[in-house]
Amino acid sequence: MSVRRLAEESLQPQGFSFSADNAVWAEATIRKYPEGRQQSAVIPLLMRAQEQDGWVTKAAIEHVADMLGMPYIRVLEVATFYTQFQLKPIGTRAHVQVCGTTPCMLRGSEALIDLCRHRIHHDPLTPNAAGTLSWEEVECQGACVNAPMVMIFKDSYEDLTVEALEEIIDRFEAGEGASVKPGPQIERIYSAPEGGLTTLTEAPTSSAGSSAQGSAQPGVSLPPANAGRANADAEETDPKLKTPATDKQGAKASADVSGENADKAKE
Amino acid sequence: MAKLKVDGKEIEVPDHFTLLQACEEAGAEVPRFCFHERLSVAGNCRMCLIEVKGGPPKPAASCAMGVRDLRPGPNGEAPEVFTTTPMVKKAREGVMEFLLINHPLDCPICDQGGECDLQDQAMAFGVDSTRYNENKRAVEDKYIGPLVKTVMNRCIHCTRCVRFTTEVAGIAELGLIGRGEDAEITTYLEQAMTSELQGNVVDLCPVGALTSKPYAFHARPWELGKTESIDVMDALGSAIRVDTRGREVMRIMPRVNEEINEEWISDKTRFIWDGLKTQRLDRPYVKKDGRLQPATWSEAFAAIKAAVSGAQPQRIGAIAGDLASVEEIYALKRLMAALGSTDIDCRQDGAALDPSLGRASYLFNPTILGIEQADAALIIGANPRYEASVLNARLRKRFRQGNFPIGVIGEATELRYDYSYLGAGTDTLADLVAGNGSFLDVLKNAKRPLVIIGQGALAGEGGAAVLAQAAKLAAAVGAVTAEWNGFAVLHTAASRVGALDLGFVPAEAGRTAADIVASSQVLFLLGADEVDLTRKSGFTVYIGSHGDNGAHVADVILPGAAYTEKSGTWVNTEGRVQMGNRAGFAPGDAREDWAILRALSDVLGKRLPFDSLAELRRKLYGDYPHFADIDAIAASAPGEIEALAQKAGAMAKSAFASPVKDFYLTNPIARASAVMAECSALARNNFKAAAE
Repeated sequence: MSVRRLAEESLQPQGFSFSADNAVWAEATIRKYPEGRQQSAVIPLLMRAQEQDGWVTKAAIEHVADMLGMPYIRVLEVATFYTQFQLKPIGTRAHVQVCGTTPCMLRGSEALIDLCRHRIHHDPLTPNAAGTLSWEEVECQGACVNAPMVMIFKDSYEDLTVEALEEIIDRFEAGEGASVKPGPQIERIYSAPEGGLTTLTEAPTSSAGSSAQGSAQPGVSLPPANAGRANADAEETDPKLKTPATDKQGAKASADVSGENADKAKE
Repeated sequence: MAKLKVDGKEIEVPDHFTLLQACEEAGAEVPRFCFHERLSVAGNCRMCLIEVKGGPPKPAASCAMGVRDLRPGPNGEAPEVFTTTPMVKKAREGVMEFLLINHPLDCPICDQGGECDLQDQAMAFGVDSTRYNENKRAVEDKYIGPLVKTVMNRCIHCTRCVRFTTEVAGIAELGLIGRGEDAEITTYLEQAMTSELQGNVVDLCPVGALTSKPYAFHARPWELGKTESIDVMDALGSAIRVDTRGREVMRIMPRVNEEINEEWISDKTRFIWDGLKTQRLDRPYVKKDGRLQPATWSEAFAAIKAAVSGAQPQRIGAIAGDLASVEEIYALKRLMAALGSTDIDCRQDGAALDPSLGRASYLFNPTILGIEQADAALIIGANPRYEASVLNARLRKRFRQGNFPIGVIGEATELRYDYSYLGAGTDTLADLVAGNGSFLDVLKNAKRPLVIIGQGALAGEGGAAVLAQAAKLAAAVGAVTAEWNGFAVLHTAASRVGALDLGFVPAEAGRTAADIVASSQVLFLLGADEVDLTRKSGFTVYIGSHGDNGAHVADVILPGAAYTEKSGTWVNTEGRVQMGNRAGFAPGDAREDWAILRALSDVLGKRLPFDSLAELRRKLYGDYPHFADIDAIAASAPGEIEALAQKAGAMAKSAFASPVKDFYLTNPIARASAVMAECSALARNNFKAAAE
């Protein structure tokens, strides 16, 4: 990580405004927060601005600040704090975020980074000549089981080899990124073992239903354990109490104003 | 109240205390960088770590932990904390070592050297050697304005400056961008700060990252003589410390005075000092052949004597300036009385304040500290941000506590807090007095409403009517009771209240300073530069420290002392009598103003009956006993406001405008200051950019 600054003036676009859809979404997002707490929407709005333009421009920072009634410096603080916000233009077709944390590194992420260095650009966060590709090394993305992995925009591509990654980069560069299957790039379902199951392979038997107690020796009778059962005597477990979980009406009301639903409803 | 033991000593402290405050209460010293009493708690420097018995087995940041969070012992014993155990010592050493990892070892060339918290605490709590071999972090210096110099390598990320500008100054200009080791303090895109209180970040910065730009590399703190004095840049009388080297004022720092300025001072107060060295009048001048030419004191006095003897006594006038002390105004008043003239005035702006209406009619009666008790405010014709920046910070402090509706009649400007804008001038005020408007209910429902009247509303023809109507409004909304007097006149001139207390106004009702200027055959200007002097007709004597408007039109110039060069009494807008001390001597032949008047009186054959400042003060205290009560406010009668309210008549239609058009250039010293000129130009350009 290094010092993060706004991109130089020559790269900055003149202005920023959300597209019609995004503007509706932004309004709904701001409404999610209670009166006087609209500033909480700063991260979602900045992220949506980045998804729209590819990176967070100065104009976007100022636009978001104006929308939320925040001083510019406060939004700049947020934008520079989170490295997920790209403050400079990145590849338009793919920004390859290579995980470099220990498990991935042990499984060969350094070779992936070398590939990026040669295939895209010597320096991270710098687009290639055509401006279509860029890369950076990031911290753990949480797919250590399938190390090494990269993340391109919102999808992760796992169980990579140098060849596999090169193929992915090629297809993204050609504008066919959507056709690449996300997830493990080898024969594996999600994070299940490579090449099929290695345990629990036998077919479930008919007595499986009683196996919870069936492990006890025959002839020895054990009372059912109460461990893990909810204590129904306590006052706070009274089902009549309206908790967020049981307050269906309240939950419905809050769901109505949520931006996700508003978005879906629009579609 | 909560009981706890600090290092074995049992004490009882209020519930809301933090552990750090409790430790201080018990007499234990706790080092800190980010914690500041007047700012919110950040808890990010970790220097205040202490050990809490029974707590988690790690040191606790005492600034961020309340005494209420402590758990009692197993048998109900008072909770215990320690500040001197090996764990605490090791923790402090560790924190200090981390802070110093990236802190440059440039103390010998650092302006903070000698008064640096980090330096002091490294000596007291640090280790004596370094284990760090890698390169230190390098941070680009930021431009944040002409007043504050940045050396960002030294920054330890305490964020005091960020919290100050956001919370006290009321404008979020500084921020901490980036994260971790790469965090940097900056303004948005390195724009200059616009706050009138920004100089205070220099004091707040515990290291040398933010230092005073004009003072850079001028002096070291230990070679400076320190004189406690009173500021005269506005009518608050902020407590200041004047640091001098030889005769030269090197810088001005704030002192703590909870009743007035807490520990803040405005930029004009702090950075005015370069104006004390330029444009100075250091010898008498007499106009010969249409030009001012250097002269001796006796030549100057002889010229005055010739002019005075040729004038009718009742056509000798005197105007007291905005920075004059009570002593010299008193001497001038006695001299004018001896000459047989009553044409004296201190209200250069023509404000309709009249001492005959009673002292309460021209004071900030609720007091500055009292603002914190108020629960609603109406500001009439004042812009406290420019007229009294530190008082504005107090209004903002009250505003931040909540339930403090503020209404403004006058100019709609940025005041650093939200307010409801009611209208531009007399019409709106008349409407409120007549009982209309929703803000009237706000004031009526408040237990302690505050009605602030600025000089902008009182100047000019209709000023008296506005004052009376404001008094009527204050009385009508219950702002004037036996316990609470919310009628508050906000002055802009340091000398004004003292001069009004002395009755330095014309005997003839309705006569103004402008009339006196126009009609006097001989005119004495005691540092009076703000009055319109283009209409002056007679022989003009200017007694003052700076070559400004007054000196330009003068026939004789008598060089006086600036406020740092004399011991004087000033009465602030609350009516608080305060005495400033002499920090150095006036340059050249310049003398203290009272002494000039005393010498002149001798030449004029009307010798004033005092030969020393002490004698003058004895006479002064004999005539006006309340001046003897230094730092106190003589009680004023609320009945005077009610009497004033009775006089309310019709107001001529006008809009109120603040008399302070340019915050940075309000007096001759400020106009002589290059730093103030730079700030003023910057403020003007900002304003233009915003208007486009």
